[in-house]
Amino acid sequence: MSQIAVQNVSKAWGATRAVDNVSFEAAAASLLVLLGPSGCGKSTTLRLIAGLEQVSSGRISIGGADVTALPPAQRRIAMVFQSYALFPHLTVAENILFGLRVRKVPAAERTRRLARVAALLGLDALLARKPSQLSGGQQQRVALGRAIIAETPVCLMDEPLSNLDAQLRAEMRREIRTLQQKLGITMVYVTHDQSEAMSMADRVILMRDGKVEQAAAPDEIYARPATIFAAKFIGTPPMNILDTGGGVLLGVRPEDAALGDAGLPVRVQSSEFLGADTVVTCAYGNQSLTARVPGKAAYRAGDAVHAGWRPEHLHFFDAASGVRRDDVDANAATAIGLCFA
Amino acid sequence: MHGPETKLATAVVPPPRWRVSPQIHGWLLLLPASVLLATFTHFPAVATIIDSFYSTPKGRRAAVLVGADNYQAMLADPVFWRAVSNNIVYAASVIPLTMALALAMALWVNGRIPGRPFLRLSFFTPTVLPMIAVANIWLFFYAPGYGLLDQMLGALGVPTPNWLGDQHTALICLIAVAVWKDAGFFMIFYLAALQQVSPQLAEAAAIEGASRWYFFRRVTFPLLMPTTLFVLINAIINSFRLIDHVVVMTQGGPDNATALLLFYIYEAGFKFWDTAYAATLTVVLLALLAFFALGQFVVLDRRIHYQ
Ligand SMILES: Nc1ncnc2c1ncn2[C@@H]1O[C@H](COP(=O)(O)OP(=O)(O)O)[C@@H](O)[C@H]1O
Ligand SMILES: [Mg+2]
Repeated sequence: MSQIAVQNVSKAWGATRAVDNVSFEAAAASLLVLLGPSGCGKSTTLRLIAGLEQVSSGRISIGGADVTALPPAQRRIAMVFQSYALFPHLTVAENILFGLRVRKVPAAERTRRLARVAALLGLDALLARKPSQLSGGQQQRVALGRAIIAETPVCLMDEPLSNLDAQLRAEMRREIRTLQQKLGITMVYVTHDQSEAMSMADRVILMRDGKVEQAAAPDEIYARPATIFAAKFIGTPPMNILDTGGGVLLGVRPEDAALGDAGLPVRVQSSEFLGADTVVTCAYGNQSLTARVPGKAAYRAGDAVHAGWRPEHLHFFDAASGVRRDDVDANAATAIGLCFA
Repeated sequence: MHGPETKLATAVVPPPRWRVSPQIHGWLLLLPASVLLATFTHFPAVATIIDSFYSTPKGRRAAVLVGADNYQAMLADPVFWRAVSNNIVYAASVIPLTMALALAMALWVNGRIPGRPFLRLSFFTPTVLPMIAVANIWLFFYAPGYGLLDQMLGALGVPTPNWLGDQHTALICLIAVAVWKDAGFFMIFYLAALQQVSPQLAEAAAIEGASRWYFFRRVTFPLLMPTTLFVLINAIINSFRLIDHVVVMTQGGPDNATALLLFYIYEAGFKFWDTAYAATLTVVLLALLAFFALGQFVVLDRRIHYQ
């Protein structure tokens, strides 16, 4: 049984369709990531699931029950906001307990649950503090605590890590994923950061202009991007898209491209050493092509080299619509000298 | 040696002798404000306290030191006590009513309602009118026979009192004017404070199932406390300070029913020219206000969350 089902949901404000006929499902106890560039309708979709906005059309069900018309409190969800939305005048303990007090949970039960959540998130020493006396990471934990103490089956998160520095972000990413799996929560997680999506998600919904561009597991969306947009959005640096004529665009990931003596003749423009590997940017005619080569590559700007790849690493897209084409024969590409083994 | 070291060395050379020390510099900056405050606030206050221990100079008879005579006369003066009790009733009604109305209006116009700018403006309008003008408008409302109130109630067949001429209603009428005048002004402060409260707090509470009243009680109201303190102090000061409407509408009557403390001071000083007695009354008023201000900052301040 799918825990959350979004069916043909649209949300319009006047002429803008922030969410346009979106459908997807999140399996129980899984982590679903809504991914996409800023303004593509991720937050709106999440808020529709939460009930903070009303759908213009479509249906939303949680745990098999239609919740489309229910207020947020009756949807049995918890939510973590990008700004954390902590109550500034309440202590950490009171912030976490807020919902339990609203629902008049008995004091003994409250104490027990608070102790458990505080231990789980390492907040024991901070319970008497006010939010302003906490670091960003600690505030994030309090917001997380407030969400999980409710013990609701569904937790919604809107870019919860975007206010943290890179290192803390990586740490919290793992922590949230571990927590989600340990507690068996169904989580919908919004982010614009593809690496966050790839590392955390069971399933990624890639959105663009209010529509679903591709819905797939992270490995599949990486291996078989459905459109040029998906191909370029996932992976760093993004996939190279080359126009070789004939109405078909050719895609190859920088990590699948090698520089050597055979393949496309290209000219090195710049190279960026990243430690484990080097990203070399080359020019192919007036198109740009990047290759990720292991170690520290000794290329200099202006060097003439050849870029090549194995046929199975090639992706083909329709030049007009940008949609993936699996009917193109990679061997044909080999035949015209675009591949080398 | 000509390196960066030499440059560093020149940078820490002690300041030249002619430079004014920071202390004197600071005092010079404070001077204009201190002179103005001393001349127009501190000196008159001290002079008033001194005057209250002297008699009123009359003609060629200079003021003589009379000790606490003025204070004894004051304690024996029934009109003084009437003014004090009037002022207590007036303040105890105007302050909570004004603040409650201000908060209610702010909460209302902060919400998503049609015609919001128009509502905000109309609530604020009484504030920009001078009290004299407000008093004149209300004089018409209260006028016996042809006044707005009498016309409306008369149409319904309700018998009406002589609003400002009746001892039992006159003070209430003044209270209504004061509330009407100040609520819009205080609303602006509440509105500004409400707009600082992130809407996500309300959403977070809504997800937890908090009712709007619960959210107001546990979140909005505590977050508004600094504003409430500020408004409270101003409301108290206004309830002792603003008497234009008394002058315009009732002249303290009927039978001192609307005599407020400051109005009585004004009468004593500028109608009866008993300046020493006016000074004595002023000292009482000053002491009262100082007491309130101190109490608020000392007692309430500790229990307020400032962001
Ligand atoms: N309350 C609103 N009123 C009008 N337009 C809105 C509102 N909220 C969002 N939008 C619009 O909907 C689109 C999607 O917004 P959002 O869901 O916040 O994007 P994302 O979270 O993916 O960055 C944007 O174009 C935004 O301007
Ligand atoms: Mg967003």
